[in-house]
Amino acid sequence: MFPRSFDYLAPESMDDALSMLAEHGEDAKVLAGGQSLIPLMKLRFAAPDYIIDINRIPDLGSMHENGSLSVGALVRTHDIERSELIKDRYPAMAAAAPLISDPLVRNLGTVVGSLCHADPQGDWASVMLAMNAEIVCRTGESQRRIPVAEFVQGPFTTSLEPNEIATEVNIPDPGADTYGTYMKLERKVGDFASVGVAIHLSFDGPRVERAGIGLTAVGPANIKATEAEQLLTGAELDGGTIARAADLCAEAADPHSDLRGSADYKRAMVRVFVSRALSAATAGKAA
Amino acid sequence: MAVEEKEMPWVGRSVKRKEDDRFVRGGGNYLDDIRLANMLHMAILRSPFAHARIESIDTSAAEAVEGVVAVVTGELLAEHKLAWMPTLSGDTQAVLATDKVRFQGQEVACVVATDPYVAHDALELIDVEYEPLPVVVDPKKAVEDGAPIIRDDKEDQKDNRIYHWEAGDKESTDRAFSEADVVVELDTHYPRSHPAPLECCGCIADVNPATSKTMIYMTSQAPHAIRTVFALVTGLPEQNIQIISPDIGGGFGNKVPVYPGYVVATAASLLIGQPVKWIEDRTGNLASTGFARDFHMHGELALKQDGTMLGLRVGMLSDQGYAYADAQPSKFKAGLFHVVTGSYDMPAAHVVTDGAYTNKAPGGVAYRCSFRITEASFLIERLVQNAAYELGMEPVELRRRNFVRPEQFPYTSVTGFVYDSGEYAKALDVALEKSGYEQLRAEQERLRAEGRLLGIGVASFTEAVGAGPSRDYDILGIKMFDSAELRIHPTGKAILKLGVKSQGQGHETTFAQIVAGELGIPPEDVTVQEGDTDNTPYGLGTYASRSTPTGGAATAVVARKLRDKAKQIAAHTLEVSADDLEWEGDRFYVKGAPEQAATIQDIAFAAYTNHPQGMEAGLEGVTYYDPPNLTYPFGTYVVAVEVDAQTGEWKVRKVVAVDDCGVRINPMIVEGQIMGGLTEGFAMSAMQQITFDEDGNCMGSNFIDYLLPTAWETPTFELHATVTPSPHHPIGAKGVGESATVGSPAAFANAVVDALAHLGVRNIDMPLTSGKVWEAMQQARSS
Repeated sequence: MFPRSFDYLAPESMDDALSMLAEHGEDAKVLAGGQSLIPLMKLRFAAPDYIIDINRIPDLGSMHENGSLSVGALVRTHDIERSELIKDRYPAMAAAAPLISDPLVRNLGTVVGSLCHADPQGDWASVMLAMNAEIVCRTGESQRRIPVAEFVQGPFTTSLEPNEIATEVNIPDPGADTYGTYMKLERKVGDFASVGVAIHLSFDGPRVERAGIGLTAVGPANIKATEAEQLLTGAELDGGTIARAADLCAEAADPHSDLRGSADYKRAMVRVFVSRALSAATAGKAA
Repeated sequence: MAVEEKEMPWVGRSVKRKEDDRFVRGGGNYLDDIRLANMLHMAILRSPFAHARIESIDTSAAEAVEGVVAVVTGELLAEHKLAWMPTLSGDTQAVLATDKVRFQGQEVACVVATDPYVAHDALELIDVEYEPLPVVVDPKKAVEDGAPIIRDDKEDQKDNRIYHWEAGDKESTDRAFSEADVVVELDTHYPRSHPAPLECCGCIADVNPATSKTMIYMTSQAPHAIRTVFALVTGLPEQNIQIISPDIGGGFGNKVPVYPGYVVATAASLLIGQPVKWIEDRTGNLASTGFARDFHMHGELALKQDGTMLGLRVGMLSDQGYAYADAQPSKFKAGLFHVVTGSYDMPAAHVVTDGAYTNKAPGGVAYRCSFRITEASFLIERLVQNAAYELGMEPVELRRRNFVRPEQFPYTSVTGFVYDSGEYAKALDVALEKSGYEQLRAEQERLRAEGRLLGIGVASFTEAVGAGPSRDYDILGIKMFDSAELRIHPTGKAILKLGVKSQGQGHETTFAQIVAGELGIPPEDVTVQEGDTDNTPYGLGTYASRSTPTGGAATAVVARKLRDKAKQIAAHTLEVSADDLEWEGDRFYVKGAPEQAATIQDIAFAAYTNHPQGMEAGLEGVTYYDPPNLTYPFGTYVVAVEVDAQTGEWKVRKVVAVDDCGVRINPMIVEGQIMGGLTEGFAMSAMQQITFDEDGNCMGSNFIDYLLPTAWETPTFELHATVTPSPHHPIGAKGVGESATVGSPAAFANAVVDALAHLGVRNIDMPLTSGKVWEAMQQARSS
């Protein structure tokens, strides 16, 4: 690959990284896994003057639960894929991880990096929308937490300021009785989503206590299907409710026609996936 | 097992590939591995527009970049009469655009620099002013009156039509249709695809200013033909041009043509006096080099109610892009597409073909399709299945009823092919038995009752490969013979030099085995050399499954010539008459006294140390082989798929492939070719296409949009063989490199359509994406 020339900075602490970013601002890009940034640089669609590689900063690769789950900026998709904690407690994340791209990308690509890239075809944002996650962003002076629904603003656009680094994504406690999944229509393994649906449900007995649904690749950004979430909250998952929720999700989708399929097709697939996921959730309850 | 292997004849043995040792160790020597002293690097600026007038090109800022040695434009080339070059189909193509750009991705300027990064930096500083022009992307609209004329650079070109070519007979075909009980029609587009070899194209041009020798290392499947074209284009004396094709990382037809990058790098090296390397990037490869297919086809099949085929009518419009640049025999304007009657004894056929210019990349290379037989085979095999639905017949029975029968060979088809040999029903029977076809049909019934969609698709293809006989086959006038030169050294080791050129097909093993089969010299003692025009005999190269039918035949013939000479030498050393000698395996022995023998190694030594007086010393020879006919491999593929009724996704349950390519020289290599071809056939049917939006933007110029299947989705293949030798090939072999890409796309498409046939679905164009399958189900359900 022949990108434009750039200066490569490799800070060893977050403070150093933040001061470098404060100095170079929009002329700099933060490099974590590089699985989105480097392809853009290869095509010269992105040509930052400075690369701030955060891979030497300690502790960013850690993932721990303390009332909520904190996933650091260097946690790779592969780490999620292999985590027993995730498998036990965060089924939507566990389902999404192995469906993301290919093993080579998963080995390096990070969850937080995917959120910051804000590709509407990216999978992690839908999962985090479904889980009501928040992004933790830092500057040298301050720190703020932004709900993913507000963080992701449009295609490749987030509310991250040029002097901020997203240091972690924080996921609320899912509860004890949960169901979650991620369903993805793709043309081949490693493809971006044609349609993706992330679902997270917390149950209180037979009733849904909390519902989260995120939709991938069917709008200018990942979509949080709030009306369907509201419908499901407090409801029992009978056939009528499932069909109604699936319809609401299909209505929330705003896809466009392309070589992957017509807008009608993609909307129909949202309906199929939501319906399949909720049916699987009830099957789980019945068992 | 090992003992049995050793006792087998060399031909027919699955010898491990000699070349793989270096490839698996990373020791291959590919174009980009070659570095010469003082070598410069070239990068290409491409047009962002599909059709635009070039108002001006300002290269001054690029030239000012430190490390930039030259910026080459079409204007500069025009001064040397190199702005345009001939294509392999006798059309012209711009090397670098001068007046207009005519497709997105067209070569506009080149930067030559000391470093590839600098070259790419400088590209961004070239300022080109374009005046956009109306774009023509639909070939059907391109040939309408009033369409913008794309090739206005050509004086005689008053529209966008390139050729009109017919085969067969209209009158008898019309008569057949008037007598038909049933006529089945199919309109289908075989989408534009791309060979997409893992290694893109590239070259290093090294013009020595002291000697004027022009060495060009090049990713070429046909180095000799390219040398001749270069001599004609540049005016350089041909003996001063040496083309070397090193190891090639896949070709599939993509590396047959001459590309602008080769010409500019050579011109730049000539002007600058230093070697110039050009390595194409992936987007350059997919967006500008020879694409494949893009045929809009209409087929009509006339039948009697009992299923007897009466006639075939085919219309085809080919979307050629802005230049007619097919790599194909010049006599046949649409390649061998007119072999479209396939495996069937068709009493009448009429094939009408037209080519149209559009604002797309030029090409139309034979991507593993034997000069457009892929498209033909697809059309007839799709038509036959639809005809079976129409007649209420079992599709395989309709095929069986109409197959050319074994006793009809050699069979002359109504479009002019002479099929050499075949046992079509036998291959079909093996495929049906091995696939459990009857059980699959029963299961299909059962699953349909549950609302599940199982489909079974069959294709019984016939290929025509090994171009070709000089009376019919040439490229730019050069006849399509091929050659072999065999030198046996005093110690009995040999070097075989060929005019063909492997891109991964295993020539170093297969052709050594032919020598071993004829002379008994073990394959490890036979080095196969290809791809260096100074050091191999002239040949037309490797594509269209022609190497074994032509170069392989030449190898057998030259080996037999040397065996004849060896016999004379053996008679001399054994002091008997040649008539008293018998050949066995690797030696001549005296009839009745087998212990009195001379091995080929003994004879080779004698050829240089003790040859008979009056005979020339040495044991070497060369043969130029003009094949008497093409070879006609065939087979039947059975594919079973299950379609998801809600999403339109389909999964392959089973693929059974029965191939008959005559005598198999190395069965393992043959099977490797078939598996690769089946994978590509699956890819074409399931996911591949290069499309363009209305502005002519290419929607398939990277591997995000142009999909290559991975091991994950590629189905498992079950392979079987029947063996019907070619009667005219010296060892009975037929070409096999493309059988599976020719035969399998229809089998996959037939399977998916078959899953939906009871809903009334009769066609879904390739690629059969889940979206298109879903739309077809929706339409069927609503009608």
